[in-house]
Amino acid sequence: MNKLPVTSYLTGIYLFFYIPIIFLIIYSFNNAQYSLIWHGFSMRWYHELFADGDLWVAVLHSLLLGISAATVAMCVGGLTAITMYRYDFFGRRLLSGLIFILILSPDIVMGISLLILFSLLRVPLGFWSLLLAHITFCIPFVVVTVYSRIVSFDEYIFEAAKDLGAKDSVILSRVILPLLWPALLSGWLLSFTLSIDDVMISYFVAGPDFEILPLKIYSMVRLGVKPEINALCTVTFGLTLILVAISQLVLRKKP
Amino acid sequence: MKAHDNSLKYFSLGTIWLWLIVFALLPFALVTLASFASHDDTHLLTTPATLLNYFQLNNAIYLKIFKQSFYIASTCTVICLLLGYPFAYTIARMQSRYKSLLMLLIIIPFWTSSLIRTYSMITMLKPKGIINSILLWTGIIDKPLPLLFSDTSVMIGLVYNLLPFMVLPLLTNIERLDNRLIDAARDLGANRFTTFRRIILPLTMPGILSGSILVFLPAMTIFYIPDLLGGSKSILLGNLIQNQFLIAQNWPLGSAISVVFTLILAVMLLVYWHSMGNKERDLL
Repeated sequence: MNKLPVTSYLTGIYLFFYIPIIFLIIYSFNNAQYSLIWHGFSMRWYHELFADGDLWVAVLHSLLLGISAATVAMCVGGLTAITMYRYDFFGRRLLSGLIFILILSPDIVMGISLLILFSLLRVPLGFWSLLLAHITFCIPFVVVTVYSRIVSFDEYIFEAAKDLGAKDSVILSRVILPLLWPALLSGWLLSFTLSIDDVMISYFVAGPDFEILPLKIYSMVRLGVKPEINALCTVTFGLTLILVAISQLVLRKKP
Repeated sequence: MKAHDNSLKYFSLGTIWLWLIVFALLPFALVTLASFASHDDTHLLTTPATLLNYFQLNNAIYLKIFKQSFYIASTCTVICLLLGYPFAYTIARMQSRYKSLLMLLIIIPFWTSSLIRTYSMITMLKPKGIINSILLWTGIIDKPLPLLFSDTSVMIGLVYNLLPFMVLPLLTNIERLDNRLIDAARDLGANRFTTFRRIILPLTMPGILSGSILVFLPAMTIFYIPDLLGGSKSILLGNLIQNQFLIAQNWPLGSAISVVFTLILAVMLLVYWHSMGNKERDLL
């Protein structure tokens, strides 16, 4: 087979993926407000970014939200995956079907349905409404991540532990958790990323008193292209890269 | 397996069911109820129950938005499939030491904020953006092309955002393909095209369907892509729902639109479910 067309096709797709992001990064260091012409390397936009107090508040809010949502989602989702693997129970297929549907269900429908729920229950829109919403959309992803890992284990490990007299709680803490932590961690990282990046659901359940980063970026972007946004996006992209790297390293380790 | 001490099992089942009922099933039931409610200036939702919201949907503007959203989402899915299938196939069957690096380069956009990637597209497409500057500089055009704020830019933005969601399920699916089946077909005299049509395509159908669903569903509802890249006429279903809830404050109508939309999706998912059988339901 001729290799040239294949290589250029692959290169084309990768360029399509990366050129816009690379240009965004390059222009975040450009020492000019509007121009596309290179005016020299500058950290000016980063300085302006770090001086923006409102932005820092939004970043802190997002971190707090992401860490809390990912932690709760990891616990609930991880337990669910373990239970679905270890026990047979009434409604097991219903539960897995529901989780599958939640992954597929359009974000916007989840957003408006939670908005209606919170307004009827008089939950004020702010940190708590966001937290509950984020946990809800993260749980299914944790279940899928952990479950796909746990099915690759040797069942006899659990049988052996039980034969040796271990109780369920001991099996969980001494057998399952030590084997499963990479999957739990990667579920946590995925949830954290989903939470930090979410616009669609947060847009409906956020309140004016609790501003978060993705919505802040959205409102800045709507006003047009600015070098500070380039800098902000570059920083966020860098953080994503670090998270992907950690998750890849952790998952590649074989149990 | 029957355990003596079942407290852990009941604890986790209780938690997950309680959570899903309160934050997933109940809210959706509320949307359905809201779609039959009325609204006035002081109440977002109020009695009497009515079918008016559904009758209101039967109106040229809304029907047009429905049709246009389906058209754009299907076109986007087809483009992603045509671009993504050969790509995923080549990467999955590649034997190169760079393979894991190339796979990582596909996973990164998947994890990167879709909003940021949409924003990076504005930088490319705007009148004084990268593409226009290059075209002007090389002399291919003499005034900037109006790339941004059109249906084309919405489509480019959607494909750019959603292509990884097509590629990843395909990649997982094609990687599991058994080479011996392809060799057998070739040994038995099938040419490249027949091998593809009779062996490879049916075996990778689960990946194609998963990828198409993961592209099609968001394509209809990501409201910020038409909002940022589209012109004033690029209103898709997502924008319509968002408008009814946050700007027009007509929650019953917004709910009715969502219910109709969800029903259409449910029918499509059922078709998918049936065509997959029971085993191949893994998505990610």
